Amino acid sequence: MNTTALLVLDVLLVFSLLSLAAAALATRDASRSVILFMAFGLVLAVAWARLLAPDVALAEAAIGAGLSGALLLAAVREQPRRALSGDAKPVHERERTSIDVTLQLTVTLLCVAVAALLAWALAEAFDRGPQDTLAQAVSETLAASGVSNPVTAILLNFRAYDTLLELAVLLTAVLGILALGPARPGYQAAGPVFDSLVRWLVPVLILTAGYLLWVGAHAPGGAFQAGATLAAAAVVLRLAGHRTAGLPPGRTLHVVMAAGVGMFLVVGLSLLVLGRPFLGYPPAWAGGLILLIESAAMLAIAATLVLAFLGGRPQPAAGLSGEKRQC
Amino acid sequence: MLTAQWLYAMTGCLIVALGLRTALLHAVLLHRLIGVNVMGAGVFLMLIAVAYRGPGVAPDPVPHALVLTGIVVAVSATALALALARRLTGEQDNG
Repeated sequence: MNTTALLVLDVLLVFSLLSLAAAALATRDASRSVILFMAFGLVLAVAWARLLAPDVALAEAAIGAGLSGALLLAAVREQPRRALSGDAKPVHERERTSIDVTLQLTVTLLCVAVAALLAWALAEAFDRGPQDTLAQAVSETLAASGVSNPVTAILLNFRAYDTLLELAVLLTAVLGILALGPARPGYQAAGPVFDSLVRWLVPVLILTAGYLLWVGAHAPGGAFQAGATLAAAAVVLRLAGHRTAGLPPGRTLHVVMAAGVGMFLVVGLSLLVLGRPFLGYPPAWAGGLILLIESAAMLAIAATLVLAFLGGRPQPAAGLSGEKRQC
Repeated sequence: MLTAQWLYAMTGCLIVALGLRTALLHAVLLHRLIGVNVMGAGVFLMLIAVAYRGPGVAPDPVPHALVLTGIVVAVSATALALALARRLTGEQDNG
């Protein structure tokens, strides 16, 4: 593709991004706002694919646009015209009138200042030219990392600490959600057309998750994208009326939730016992260990995202509407 | 210096400002939450633009890994915030 065509694409993408963001934030209707936000996320994924960041584009499409949107829509559905959409609530009424013109103007000016500051900082950085010391270090040591996808190598090997702590953040968030109350009420059972779609879609999604996990070693993909795809399968099940969304019952669920952090710690501590640094994989085993940790992380990420969508612990099945799902 | 890098990075700055404004000013919790998410997306866009090195050149993978982590943390924070909002509404209904 020549440069002019690329520039046209860039301008189109940037224009769509800005107008979708502005529209999502300007509209008063909650569900319209969420849907515009999802569209924004999808265009963002296209922009990232264009900027040669396919790993991130996949994650944004699946998590940023897809699952965040599902979460927000579930919240809108539960509170149709109340606290979340802000009508007929005295507290919010008062808040709205108290936000006067002066305050709006001040905050707008503050936001313009923040944007200007960010632009200035970026301009400084661009003037100095790319500082590729880290990127060079990555490409030099990539061969010893056990995988050939540099993003996976960073996440699971060079900066494995970060990912361990990220999984701890996920676990903390899901514990908070579980502590706050039971799941939202379920959906009614799917009609015959949707039901037959579900029977096709869920296995395909599970298969795709496995593929993304495996391919992440040398191409765009990995535990996050795979976990999000698996969670999407569960969300589809839930929407079709399966009460537990395919989550395992009781204690097994707890084990799955903690699997990512747990597997990381088991691997890290075993390496310590063997005289290696914490999470410093021996190059010969690195590929296998990364796949092991990623498999556990995928299950934990999927369980976390599904519990987030349910909004709490799934209720014990009253009429056995839930069904088993593998893994 | 690349035009595309500039274009996307500056768009990121504007998106951050748009999201921040809603997060600070909007009276409704859900809209504020969407504002925070849009703001995060702006930051991610800036990072991905910084990582870009031009067509046919491998981009810097370090910001990509940062953004991937950021996306997952953002969705879990959103989920926790929604759970808190839900509990808050429940409490207000009961009392």
